[in-house]
Amino acid sequence: MSDTPKPQPDEPDAPVTDDEAARGTTATDTVTEEPGTDPHDARGERSRSLLREIASGDVLAGVLAVVLAVFVGSVMIAATDDAVREAAGYVTARPSDFFTAVWDAISGAYSAMFRGAVFNYNLTEPAQQWRPLTETLKFSGPLILGGLGVGLAFRAGMFNIGGRGQMLIAGAAAGWVGFKLDLPLAVHLPLAILVGMAAGALWGGIAGVLKARTGAHEVIVTIMLNYVAYYLVFWALTKDWLLKTPGSVNPKSPPMKESATLPKVLGDQFNLHLGFVIAIVAVAVAWWLLNRSTLGYRIRAVGENPHAARASGIDVGKTYIVVMMIAGSLLGLAGINQVLGTVSSGVSLDLDAAIGFDAITVALLGRSRPLGILAAGLLFGAFKAGGFTMQTSENISVDLVLVVQSLIVLFLAAPPLVRAIFRLPAQEAK
Amino acid sequence: MSTVTTQPTPESGGLAPDTVVTPTRGAGARKLPVVLGVLTLLLAGILLRSKPSGDTTFQLSVATDFVTLPDIVVPSGPTAWLMVVICLGLTAEAVRRMLTRLHQPMWIPITFAIVWMIGFLSWAAAGDRIRVVSLLGGAVALAIPLVFGALGGVLGERAGVVNIAIEGQLLLGAFAAAITASTTGSPWAGVAAAAVAGALVALILGLFAITYFVDQVIVGVVLNVLVVGLTNFLFRQVLTPNAESLNSPERLRAVPIPVLGDIPLIGPIFFRQTPLVYLLYVVVAVVAFALYRTRWGLRLRAVGEHPKAADTVGIKVNRTRYRTILLAGAIAGMGGAYFSLVSVAGFNREMTGGAGYIALAAVIFGKWDPIRATLAALLFGFATNLQGVLSAIGSPVPSQFMLMLPYLVTIFAVAGLVGRSRPPAADGVPYRQQ
Repeated sequence: MSDTPKPQPDEPDAPVTDDEAARGTTATDTVTEEPGTDPHDARGERSRSLLREIASGDVLAGVLAVVLAVFVGSVMIAATDDAVREAAGYVTARPSDFFTAVWDAISGAYSAMFRGAVFNYNLTEPAQQWRPLTETLKFSGPLILGGLGVGLAFRAGMFNIGGRGQMLIAGAAAGWVGFKLDLPLAVHLPLAILVGMAAGALWGGIAGVLKARTGAHEVIVTIMLNYVAYYLVFWALTKDWLLKTPGSVNPKSPPMKESATLPKVLGDQFNLHLGFVIAIVAVAVAWWLLNRSTLGYRIRAVGENPHAARASGIDVGKTYIVVMMIAGSLLGLAGINQVLGTVSSGVSLDLDAAIGFDAITVALLGRSRPLGILAAGLLFGAFKAGGFTMQTSENISVDLVLVVQSLIVLFLAAPPLVRAIFRLPAQEAK
Repeated sequence: MSTVTTQPTPESGGLAPDTVVTPTRGAGARKLPVVLGVLTLLLAGILLRSKPSGDTTFQLSVATDFVTLPDIVVPSGPTAWLMVVICLGLTAEAVRRMLTRLHQPMWIPITFAIVWMIGFLSWAAAGDRIRVVSLLGGAVALAIPLVFGALGGVLGERAGVVNIAIEGQLLLGAFAAAITASTTGSPWAGVAAAAVAGALVALILGLFAITYFVDQVIVGVVLNVLVVGLTNFLFRQVLTPNAESLNSPERLRAVPIPVLGDIPLIGPIFFRQTPLVYLLYVVVAVVAFALYRTRWGLRLRAVGEHPKAADTVGIKVNRTRYRTILLAGAIAGMGGAYFSLVSVAGFNREMTGGAGYIALAAVIFGKWDPIRATLAALLFGFATNLQGVLSAIGSPVPSQFMLMLPYLVTIFAVAGLVGRSRPPAADGVPYRQQ
């Protein structure tokens, strides 16, 4: 819809679209940007563009978005704290009490989060002190994998909301292999992972095929497939030959065999399992795929402008299908990570643990770039690990994390709003 | 680190089919016979596999009826086969019309659906009884939030704002309704609060989508997560400790309408419901009329189809969009009151359970038209209720597949297998004045 057509990447190996993604390719930027700032002009400008970004306040806007979201979270903590409400009753008489109560509530919450996510200074043994950090890594594994799945689809101009369904189907398939078959570890685990990834790719691929063949919008199709997958796995959990535990009425499968569970990486005292390593490998693969491979070039070209991509001989429909299959297998890995690693006690209907939607916020915060997603996944993993400690030690609901997370993404999406709130000058033309 | 919106849908925006890959096919006249034929064969196949025996009773009235209709008892097998034959006849008529290139009228699929369902029910409830009133009346009740949500979705999208946040509007509506009805003691105050809550979500949607041009699908999805987090947080921190004072609303009770409620069959289904249902009838009628027959509706649709042209003739595009989505949000929010004031008394975590997404499905399946979307929502409500009824009488159909139906049907609809769904042209495209 933009009036100024965007220049197409003209060199297959040009990694410049990363800069472009960093600067945003929405119509807003297309309208405001001046020709001189086009990243295709000179590749040597890469380092300078970072400085320009900081100078022009884009990074500042990002930091302020996080500050703003955390502030709203703090207000929510204070407003629902009993001591604060009590002190608010006589705030005019003794305001110091009120502010002390507010400070206690907020600092208590955030220090609990820190203790739960990074380093527990209340303990003495070093291994136990650093245990929270391994929990953070454990939680970020599936978030990174899911974020990659959503982000990769974003880069092709597709919005994959089907994370939940892809995780469920892949987790169920991997789980079936995990508890039904009896194989040695060296065969069993890889087989379970591969079957799960294939199932995820298949489920994601449906949306790709429908988009390529009929033009059906992937947002609608993936939302609907989430529910189809849910009921499909639900049904499978009632059949003995599929996922049902014989003799049990609970919709839960038997636990995974030892030979199909992801091994613990740091010994048995930590819960961190191989899933995080898989996530790191996936980040590297996704980075290579997007920035160094022909397929990645096609994906970016289709995402930038499908009309131009088709005109230059790229099979747009095929790219949609392939990218959705890769996205599905990545989200599938997130589901596998849950079933074979974090919750290996059996496949259940809540195996996705809302990661399918968290992955969207991770991809948005990570700006759909593999390294950005890695950072965003670690941050949100820390939120999750810390959130659980906050809930147990300070009795503040872990759902606060969800609010802060979504607020960060919302504020980040609209820098002009953040500027307006902080009364920063409007962004000058870069 | 500026905008998060490096994606998606570069050209079309919103939920329009992608123009790059959409095949340009002829009219959907050929699809109807195919779909009908497949469904007929499916029913015949079911009957061949498990031969039904015994009688099926269709109970048409409830004990309190003014005029009591007799029960209809039919032999299961022969009735089901008779329905298959009628279905075949209807399919043949559709084929004839296709061959002679005649228009396919609406009565063919509607009659087919009813006949097919009678055949299906005689098989599924063989040797048992189907309480028609509670089957259909329950469907209407279950469809309340879906219809409210779908109407809100239709209004927003006709004005060019994609609303994925229907789920969030329903959930926040349910939350606000529970608290307000508990504190004031009046369920109607709860319904009003639900409308305000829905409009509030719409306001945030508008702020980001209209004023700051953030991708509307993204805002919608993130808003849903935000509302889930917010209501879960407040439920645990505030509602649960003070459940007596804050989360024990009075339920909306069914109020029969004097004369209409006494009509046999129709009365108990449509006019012995909660007042929320009667409010729903009014809203559907008003929206359907206003959208097509008033200046307001014309402007709204103009803004959604061609905002530039609308702007040229002096319509304030973004102001119209803001007003529309606020109204749409209020309507969707009222639907949320169903969960905490009608279905059960009180709010619970994520109690909407994806109804907002079914409402979105109804918007699309109903081709962005208020009446069709209402019918689609009723159909989805029927599928849900039918599942409950069938599993209660122990029918052989796995309930999960019945529950899957609305979503599958929507996928078929957007894929163009059951008629192409075409959204308003400027749906999801932010408007910036030159």
